[in-house]
Amino acid sequence: MGLLDRLKQRLSKTREKLSDGLSALFRGGRPIDDQLLGELEELLYTADLGPIATELVEDLARMHKRGELKGEDDVREHLRSTLLARLDQAGGEYDPPADPTVILIVGVNGSGKTTSIAKLAHRFQNQGKSVLLAAGDTFRAAAADQLEIWAQRNGAQIVRAHKDGADPASIAFDAVDAALARGTDVVIVDTAGRLHTQKNLMDELNKVRRVIEKRLPGAPHETWLVLDATNGQNAIQQAREFTAAVEVTGLVLAKLDGTARGGAVFGIKDALNLPVRYIGTGESLELLEAFDPEAYVDALLGKHLGTRTSQGA
Amino acid sequence: MFESLTQRLNESFSFLRGRKELTEENVEEGLRAVRQALLEADVHFQVARDLTARVKERALGAERLAGVDPSQQFAHAFHQELVELMGPEDARLSFAKTGPTVLLMAGLQGAGKTTTCAKLAKRLRDKHQKRPLLVAADVKRPAAVEQLRVLGRQLGVEVFHVEGVTPPEVCKQGVAYAKAKGFDLVILDTAGRLHVDDELMTEVADIAKVTQPDDQILVVDAMTGQDAVNSAKSFHQRLALSGVILTKMDGDARGGAAVSLKAVTGCPILFVGVGEKIDDLDAFHPERMAGRILGMGDVVSLVEQAQEQISEKEAQASYEKLVLGSFTLEDMLAQLRMMRKLGPMKKVLGMMPGMGEMAKNIDVDDKQMNRLEAIFTSMTPRERLQPDVLDMSRRRRVARGCGQDVGAVNELLKRFKDMKKMMKQLGKLGLGAGLGSKAKKDTLRGMTDSGELASGEGGGLLGGLGSLGGAMKQGIGGLGSMLGGGGGPSPAELASMMGGGGARPSGSSATRKSGSKRKDKKKPKKSRKQKRK
Repeated sequence: MGLLDRLKQRLSKTREKLSDGLSALFRGGRPIDDQLLGELEELLYTADLGPIATELVEDLARMHKRGELKGEDDVREHLRSTLLARLDQAGGEYDPPADPTVILIVGVNGSGKTTSIAKLAHRFQNQGKSVLLAAGDTFRAAAADQLEIWAQRNGAQIVRAHKDGADPASIAFDAVDAALARGTDVVIVDTAGRLHTQKNLMDELNKVRRVIEKRLPGAPHETWLVLDATNGQNAIQQAREFTAAVEVTGLVLAKLDGTARGGAVFGIKDALNLPVRYIGTGESLELLEAFDPEAYVDALLGKHLGTRTSQGA
Repeated sequence: MFESLTQRLNESFSFLRGRKELTEENVEEGLRAVRQALLEADVHFQVARDLTARVKERALGAERLAGVDPSQQFAHAFHQELVELMGPEDARLSFAKTGPTVLLMAGLQGAGKTTTCAKLAKRLRDKHQKRPLLVAADVKRPAAVEQLRVLGRQLGVEVFHVEGVTPPEVCKQGVAYAKAKGFDLVILDTAGRLHVDDELMTEVADIAKVTQPDDQILVVDAMTGQDAVNSAKSFHQRLALSGVILTKMDGDARGGAAVSLKAVTGCPILFVGVGEKIDDLDAFHPERMAGRILGMGDVVSLVEQAQEQISEKEAQASYEKLVLGSFTLEDMLAQLRMMRKLGPMKKVLGMMPGMGEMAKNIDVDDKQMNRLEAIFTSMTPRERLQPDVLDMSRRRRVARGCGQDVGAVNELLKRFKDMKKMMKQLGKLGLGAGLGSKAKKDTLRGMTDSGELASGEGGGLLGGLGSLGGAMKQGIGGLGSMLGGGGGPSPAELASMMGGGGARPSGSSATRKSGSKRKDKKKPKKSRKQKRK
């Protein structure tokens, strides 16, 4: 099964809903009119596209006025190309460039950082790389235990403190230190979830970053923000604040296996130009996919372009 | 990032300034702004659509209030609709009457269930004197059980778990353990699960089946977007949800999910998580949440401003209506003063045909009348106009003010109540409405000259009474008892005595001018709010 198929399958819930809606809008050969466009806008909103939904529909309305839209297929095609153009093409699979490559993982509470780290470790190990995890979440009860269990399942190394409340920066430092000594390929640094509005916690994160850089100039090579795909427009604010604090370089979109679509990534690209690296599509270790914008948009809109002949217009 | 709703509304309504009505057409602009604001706050679009329709109805239905800007009135209608949708405010958990109360906590991964379980255990222990047991039934996420154990240790709350059995079994044993050990609260921490995961949804339904929870609570991340509706629907289908807890409210999410959740599940929002510390669990306040959804602060003040203006106007109108249409302490005082104008009480009574004997027996002491009047004048004008506000603390203050004990104040109020009952009967006879109305109007405006005599108009009360004749037995008895204590003149006689009187109640009082008008108006707002809830 190809990547595209798998992604599509994972996103099927998403796709069914939106494309069903799209087809349903045109059912019975409804002509394109204000009412239909209004309903289309609402459909796009349910994918958490936010104000972009309005922009897209306004575009369509203008095109319709100029007589450029014949029916459903034109609408679908226009949406597809516009949405694609609004996603960063620089994302997708990451090839760790240095030895060691340090990846700092950040995000709000409960976004899926620890699970995503386990999946990333699994992925890099499958590519023949050695992985060391730094249990930098010293705040949440038993977070280090959680990461350690994942490390054991993966056969990855782990550096952790043995009491809660230890300094996350020192753990990150020790982890980079250990990786340098052992010649490990990839270091993934976990951090405690924190809301982007907590100034002191964001400062703490910045310190972790600085300490890593101090130990290994040029590191962290990547700082990824893990976003909960079920989050709405607030995800943009998260991206903004985390980028301001620790220069986020990419996104991991977790929990894309439900009915949520994570459409906020479009707004994030608009505001910050951050590429999506990976998407989490299930609970087990291997369910992490490299982000493919085309597959994502196709899955969002439904693959079967043009199967329904429009009688509209 | 988002254009604020205030700005939008102001733009939408700029052309409305100076116009008199909110009409179908000019409201449309504002509705677009409202809808946009709701969607940007992550309110589900269908919910947003319904809400917008109701706001429209409310805005169009509302009478345009003079002096209130249409955009403000509109924002106010919107705010109220949101508050009503998310209310009521005092949502509560239902505790079991016998045996331990069982709370089932469910939700998506990462919503914050485990942390919330601990917060809830602490809150219910500290505020409701419960003895909680936490049951760790999340066997899915690595170290989830350990996480709850650590939290339990921090709190000093026991955590129950059994290795190697299914989550429903863990929960069942947990509840049995609580019964055996005398815990009166069991909180079941279940694994996070996706609402589309049939297997896990069946599992959580099984947990509910074997434990029969008193409350089934959905824990939802306040940052949740449009999908909140889908997941809440699914959970509601599989569980009999009784409440929702919103977590991570200390962030800057607008929290539109709250509106969606309430609309979809109909369940009250019980608590909100507002921080990482174990104390950070607050009761839910629909008003605050509505302000937040409307756009963080600026709209809140706009709405508050509007609310104040609207309330003031509405309140003034309803206040006058209420006061003018009913019997108040002000009326009673007016009657008392009028009686006194006729002369010393004993003499007055003595002059009444057939009352001579009685007057001797009744201990009508003019000093007592003074004391009586002192009680009245120790009240604020508002208290006289709205005696209902006289709670114990006000009564104590009045008692201090007139140098008497609270019992005297209570006695007066009791007699007032009797008289009011009588006046209601008069009202049914078509005579109540105008009672003392001029005096009250004057008091309301704070402008009657003390001791001013009747100018011919009015005089309604006594004339009215006089013509009533025997129809008001009980009433005059009441009046009599107010004046002197036991007995009281026969109604017909008293009536005829007062019958010809052209003097009208002066309605003035020693304190009326000192009463701040603003204060008077502000308070009814509160009672109006209470009515709304």
